[in-house]
Amino acid sequence: MKKKRDLEQFLGFGILFLCVGATLFFLAAILFFVAVKGISVINWEFLTQGPRNGMTAGGVAPAIVGTLYLTLGAILFAFPLGLACAIYLCEYSPKGWVINLIRISINNLAGVPSVVFGLFGLAVFVKYFGFGVSILSGSLTLGILSLPVIISATQEALLSVPQSLREASLAVGATKWQTIHRIVLPTAMPGILTGVILSIGRIAGETAPILFTAATFYKKGYPNSIFSEVMVLPYHIYALMTEGAHPEKQTAIAYGCSFILLCMVLLVSLAAIVIRQKQRSLAHG
Amino acid sequence: MVKIKEKIYQWIFGVLAFASLFFLVGIMIVLFREALPIFKKVSLIHFLGGQYWYPTYDPPEFGIFPLILASFWVCLGAMAVCVPLGVGSALYINELASVRQKAILKPAIEILAGVPSIVYGFFGMAVMAPLLQNLFHLSIGLCLFSASLTLGIMATPTVCSIAEDALSYVPNTFREASFAVGASRWQTLTRVIIPAAGSGISTAIILGMSRAIGETMTVLMVAGGAAVIPKSLFDPVRPMTSAIAAEMGEAPMGSDHYHALFAIALILFLITFVFNIIAEIISRRFRVKLGLAG
Repeated sequence: MKKKRDLEQFLGFGILFLCVGATLFFLAAILFFVAVKGISVINWEFLTQGPRNGMTAGGVAPAIVGTLYLTLGAILFAFPLGLACAIYLCEYSPKGWVINLIRISINNLAGVPSVVFGLFGLAVFVKYFGFGVSILSGSLTLGILSLPVIISATQEALLSVPQSLREASLAVGATKWQTIHRIVLPTAMPGILTGVILSIGRIAGETAPILFTAATFYKKGYPNSIFSEVMVLPYHIYALMTEGAHPEKQTAIAYGCSFILLCMVLLVSLAAIVIRQKQRSLAHG
Repeated sequence: MVKIKEKIYQWIFGVLAFASLFFLVGIMIVLFREALPIFKKVSLIHFLGGQYWYPTYDPPEFGIFPLILASFWVCLGAMAVCVPLGVGSALYINELASVRQKAILKPAIEILAGVPSIVYGFFGMAVMAPLLQNLFHLSIGLCLFSASLTLGIMATPTVCSIAEDALSYVPNTFREASFAVGASRWQTLTRVIIPAAGSGISTAIILGMSRAIGETMTVLMVAGGAAVIPKSLFDPVRPMTSAIAAEMGEAPMGSDHYHALFAIALILFLITFVFNIIAEIISRRFRVKLGLAG
């Protein structure tokens, strides 16, 4: 009886161990392939020049810059909105049904497929508002997409501010708004920023929403206004793999782009996670 | 004076808080508005059940059944990969890993969940598809099977971290009580922890499905793109998302094709909407069951 039980446990734990092993193996394989093949094409020219010879030579600098512009634009739009929403939910504690309604819409917005955001952006920003295929349209579309992530990260940071701080502030005669912007926000700010940084990583890698709202395969030089089309890293990878006449040379460049994108996203999220862990140990220590 | 200022701030925040609802409703309105014209040309039944998707032929055929089927199979295949891997990893991390392993595995999984889908798509196209093609002697490597595998690997970290969250909510007293009556660690895991976290794990699986069915770039690059009903695991397919992404660039604005693509997006939206509502209901029950509901 005892033996059978031990065998069962041994097998069961073995399977779980295999699951973790397989997960880590697959993910490591992806990172390894992209890193090894990516590093071999990256040099100074690749990072600082535009593409040459019909996408077979030169660099991807305009795509890197384009990714930065779009991400920055999206954050500029979504952060104030997300912050306001989180402040209202956490600090003004509205009635139950209001909280529920807002929470359900945040959760559902988070679940909308990214390509649907792309169509929304196409119909509203590109067509209806007449912004055209541009940085502005792409940033707004990405901003709406990232709103749920920013709201929940901000909410978490606000909730971690001890209630006693608020009470102390109110007790010495500060108003609600004074308490929020002099006490709660400064205390929660590091946590809020971590959340925002994490969502930057998500936004930078999104492709489907900008397919029809911002991205173009080739544009000479750098974008000069918020109404110009823009080269973007993720879309550039897709286009290199599916368009053009020199698949082999293009695949090599696509490895380089994937590696750069991966580095940007992973370094940003790693930074956020390290900051968060430091804060947690500070808070507990 | 101060009172008025306070009221104004509260109002501003209150109005901005409804942004999510505003955008969600906005998306719904836009999808309905742009999708409905196609149903004047094709009946809903023909649209959903039609076997042929030839939007650019003359006369065009707008039957999205092959696309729905493709989405369904790719999603199912991805689930077959990511549910065992994701939930298994979550159980390992939560129940078996030492403190040190946990400190490495948890952030590692979290970071990997942030790898952009385009990178997975690129990996599937550049590495996985040629590999599978050689391994199984296929005529093309870009097919239902490679798409399911790539998508499954992609969704694993997401499923894992949500399931891990659910497991961490199971109170330690459950474990202690089980050990106290003489159960082994494995018995505790399978008969106490998993049932207790069951609805939380189901939420993870449903959210994973919702993500898999809505994922665009990976399937666009790896699934092969043929809009026909798949007969085997190694046939190229065209799921709903990749049809939208691949064809919207060529569809003239306001044409039937354009409206048909919006109709696909509407159906996709409704599917994920239902998934999310179900996940919401289950997770609320879960919190009530463990006494966490506020």
